[in-house]
Amino acid sequence: MNKRNEAVGLDLGWINQIHVNRNATERRAASLVARRTVKKEYQAAWLIKAIQCIDLTTLGGDDTPGRVERLCMKALHPLRADLLQALGVSALTTGAVCVYHGMITPAAQVLAGRLPIAAVSTAFPAGLASLETKLREIELSVAAGATEIDIVISRRHVLTGNWQALYDEMRAYRDACGTAHVKAILATGDLMTLENVARAAWVCMLAGADFIKTSTGKEGVNATIPVALTMVRAIREYHQRHGFMVGFKPAGGVSSAKTALQYLIVMKEELGNEWLDPHLFRIGASSLLTDIERQLEHHLTGSYSAAHRHALP
Amino acid sequence: MPTIQEILETMDYGPAPESQKDALAWLDQHQRRFGLFIDNAWSEPGGTFASSNPADGKELAQLTQASAADVDRAVAAARRAQGGWEALGGHGRARIMYALARLLQKHARLFAVLETLDNGKTIRETRDIDIPLVARHFYHHAGWAQLMSEEFPDYRAVGVVGQIVPWNFPLLMLSWKIAPALAAGNTVVFKPAEFTSLTALLFAEICQRAGVPPGVVNIVTGDGRVGESIVNHPDINKLAFTGSTEVGRLIRKATAGSGKKLSLELGGKSPYIVFDDADLDAAVEGLVDSIWFNQGQVCCAGSRLLVQESVQQRFLDKVKTRMSQLRLGAPLDKSMDMGSLVDPVQLQRITALVESARAEGCEIWQPDCKIPSAGSWYPPTLITGASTAAGVAQTEIFGPVLVAMSFRTPAEAVQLANNTVYGLACCIWSESISLALDVAPQIKAGVVWINTANQFDAACGFGGYRESGFGREGGREGMTEYLTLRAEDARPPKPLRITAAPKKAANPPAIDRTAKMYIGGKQARPDGGYSRAIHAADGSWLADVGEGNRKDIRNAVEAAHQASGWARTSAHNRAQVLYFLAENLAVRAAEFAARIAAMTGDKNPEKEVEASIQRLFHYAAWADKYDGLVHQPPMHGITVAMNEPLGVIGIVCPDEAPLLGLVSLAAPALALGNRVVVVPSQAHPLAATDLYQVLDTSDLPGGVLNIVTGNADELARVLAGHFDVDAVWRHDGSVEGCAEVERLSAESLKRTWVGGGKGRDWFDPRQAVGRAVLAHASQVKNIWIPYGI
Repeated sequence: MNKRNEAVGLDLGWINQIHVNRNATERRAASLVARRTVKKEYQAAWLIKAIQCIDLTTLGGDDTPGRVERLCMKALHPLRADLLQALGVSALTTGAVCVYHGMITPAAQVLAGRLPIAAVSTAFPAGLASLETKLREIELSVAAGATEIDIVISRRHVLTGNWQALYDEMRAYRDACGTAHVKAILATGDLMTLENVARAAWVCMLAGADFIKTSTGKEGVNATIPVALTMVRAIREYHQRHGFMVGFKPAGGVSSAKTALQYLIVMKEELGNEWLDPHLFRIGASSLLTDIERQLEHHLTGSYSAAHRHALP
Repeated sequence: MPTIQEILETMDYGPAPESQKDALAWLDQHQRRFGLFIDNAWSEPGGTFASSNPADGKELAQLTQASAADVDRAVAAARRAQGGWEALGGHGRARIMYALARLLQKHARLFAVLETLDNGKTIRETRDIDIPLVARHFYHHAGWAQLMSEEFPDYRAVGVVGQIVPWNFPLLMLSWKIAPALAAGNTVVFKPAEFTSLTALLFAEICQRAGVPPGVVNIVTGDGRVGESIVNHPDINKLAFTGSTEVGRLIRKATAGSGKKLSLELGGKSPYIVFDDADLDAAVEGLVDSIWFNQGQVCCAGSRLLVQESVQQRFLDKVKTRMSQLRLGAPLDKSMDMGSLVDPVQLQRITALVESARAEGCEIWQPDCKIPSAGSWYPPTLITGASTAAGVAQTEIFGPVLVAMSFRTPAEAVQLANNTVYGLACCIWSESISLALDVAPQIKAGVVWINTANQFDAACGFGGYRESGFGREGGREGMTEYLTLRAEDARPPKPLRITAAPKKAANPPAIDRTAKMYIGGKQARPDGGYSRAIHAADGSWLADVGEGNRKDIRNAVEAAHQASGWARTSAHNRAQVLYFLAENLAVRAAEFAARIAAMTGDKNPEKEVEASIQRLFHYAAWADKYDGLVHQPPMHGITVAMNEPLGVIGIVCPDEAPLLGLVSLAAPALALGNRVVVVPSQAHPLAATDLYQVLDTSDLPGGVLNIVTGNADELARVLAGHFDVDAVWRHDGSVEGCAEVERLSAESLKRTWVGGGKGRDWFDPRQAVGRAVLAHASQVKNIWIPYGI
């Protein structure tokens, strides 16, 4: 396992010279996913990889312990046993489950340490509570058994160009997480420009984020390939300049197997095979899993599958 | 096949082959032997040669080497069909071209696979780029056909067109050639490259199905000899060629004096400029689309990387990282970035050039990538440490080889970018709109891409400056390449030349007047120290004028270059100067009228002076109105088509209307910002030598208009051969003289506009003024400006 990212200090000179060209990024995004494809066994293997990287998520105001229990059981057994056997894969789980703070305890009871629990703390999704409240929520989440904390950044710091405030906030979150890994949700749909996305990604990495994540799933626009490209390019350059490997998590709107493959292609092309691993790549999703199951059954049988043939997450 | 568990370890892409079944079945339908497509019928295959798949060297089909007699038949068929095709009308042609576009789309994958098999480029490119652009080109030009009578009411089709294309974009180049030709009402004899004829032959079948009448599209296959037969065919009215500068030059020479209209789209060594405020990751991808697109076998490939020194190392590191990710292999595999070169001959050429760079001490970097054993392959290559003098920095490599250099300032970037005989395309990467839009007009190139690369669209003209050729493909300017002004048909068959034999003795003037030349805003004595006598209509001696020689031309051209600020001065300012010229000419109208009468014997010389004043007004009026266009290609952004001056134009003036002819030619050139070297009428130069006193009083900056008197043939020869003259116009009715200008212009591929042996009624606005004249005085630069936040 690689060395965990550490806060290396804010470099405003660097942040301010970051430029992202939207049109060129979109052109690369369109061409990238048309330049690569995986077929047959390769596609099946890549879809298995996608399952391994899913943060199986429920983030509804109507979540209950029963709902979370079902989710956790699905995360432990994401694929029908007969399919798993036919594919020749011995053990398979998703990367983690992702829940609200209040659902950590029921999840921990089901998972019993077999799978990490990611909690969205820090007044998810808007993050507009007091800093004190948010830091306390992180502490409580870690105490309750979450080993991964998905924090939301204060978008106002980005929109007003207050990078120092963003840096300080991220450092405080990181410190509060202790040994738990911290994923910084940029809420890219709120940041509007790709330049903001890149600068926010950099500030969060400089402040010690283990992962950078696109969205809460609640913004108007969630994960997109151009946004992903912008963020993974920042990750690549951060690695080159500072030596730390930061993970990437697209979330929101990744609901088809095809889209999941596209994100895997982006990771492989822009960052390399090392990043095709749950400790550096996660997909925040819920319905995605069902589509992958359908595709895998189709791969094995040659017949198109149906959602009701697979256990509901 | 590895197991899923094993693939999970490697996370390889695995093979993803596109099926070639349908394409091979189509070849089999034709017994893998193809004749020529003439008059909507296939000739019996004969004298065949093999066409192979360059990726594995295997033969795909046998094609017919067309003979000179076959080309005769094709031209005759095209000639028979031309009148009817044009008479079909814009809408009639639009319907058929629409059907062609639809059929191309319906069979898109078959075309794509066949193209990949034949050419070796990847299926991703043929599927996602070539074929969609082909269909788009036919749609767009179906539109031009529909709008012909509305948008080009004063034009007719040129006639029978001969078209010759290279192997790098076989079907795309076909569409760039055939679509505008058909839209305008021409019929064509088309020759694909001998390496890559198959999609053209499939296109022939599509023509049959779309209802293209017999003889409208004729396709003749074979090597350069077929091209030669087309080029030299006396019954062809226009030639359109895309290919090497070397062959372009031969065609220019071969067609000199033939009256054939000509457009040439030739080589390039296009700069790719990266400023320190660019999105560097985006610029790296642009580079991939530039130099590793189609294995770098692209005339407009961004093959010279110019990167600002402050970000050079960082950028080159990124480039190398990206190069290591490029996948090279089976072109039909959907996950390949680079396919095969078109032929072993290309491999040899590229290898030799790269090795010569190594020998010169350049550093050659190639990623560690797997190269298939059979076929012709070359890895992506980066050359650093090359000076501007290095062979690889100047020669078009036409392969996946990038030569990188650095610059310090925007001014130096421009200097380096323009340090080439070519001028096809340029990329500028900067997030500063002020910087990018300041640099774009300074680059000598027909296409400029700002923060993007190698984008094409039917609505946006494509073509070069300098030795990258002339003429444009696409857009309005592309259509005019296939049209002739009807007014040209009305020109008198012979110039209205008045020549008087010297017979009377000279009448000495009251005070001797010396008609000097005018160079750099100053009166100049002829370098040679000789004069020539100028006679009146009645043969009496009028005056002596300087006998200009090559050194006078040299001096005039140098003065014209020093006056380059004229192009940057505002159009409003140029208009004012032209109006002022008219004003000052009007003051001396009587004197000029007397001079004209004395020289030509014209009974009504006031008319010519009056017309000259009007003409100056006319082009003063145009100076700030010959605006460019804003195109809307399918992207988020705009393409700005700018009309730029050519630079320095040499003008050999007509003997007919010695003042009006000169003004009619010089004024439009000046209005658009060109500087001119005028050779006045050889027989009647005194209206010109009188003119410099008018110029001196009209605020015309020195060097903008230079006058060199003397022998028209000799001076035209020097101008046409001068490497720093951008265009030569000759309108003195000399058939051989015009031919010579065209022939000599081939060396630097300068633009020419010659009148041939016919006359021109300089008083008739339809023949002598208008947008068509302004088009001769300018070239279109298309600047692509995508945007978004």
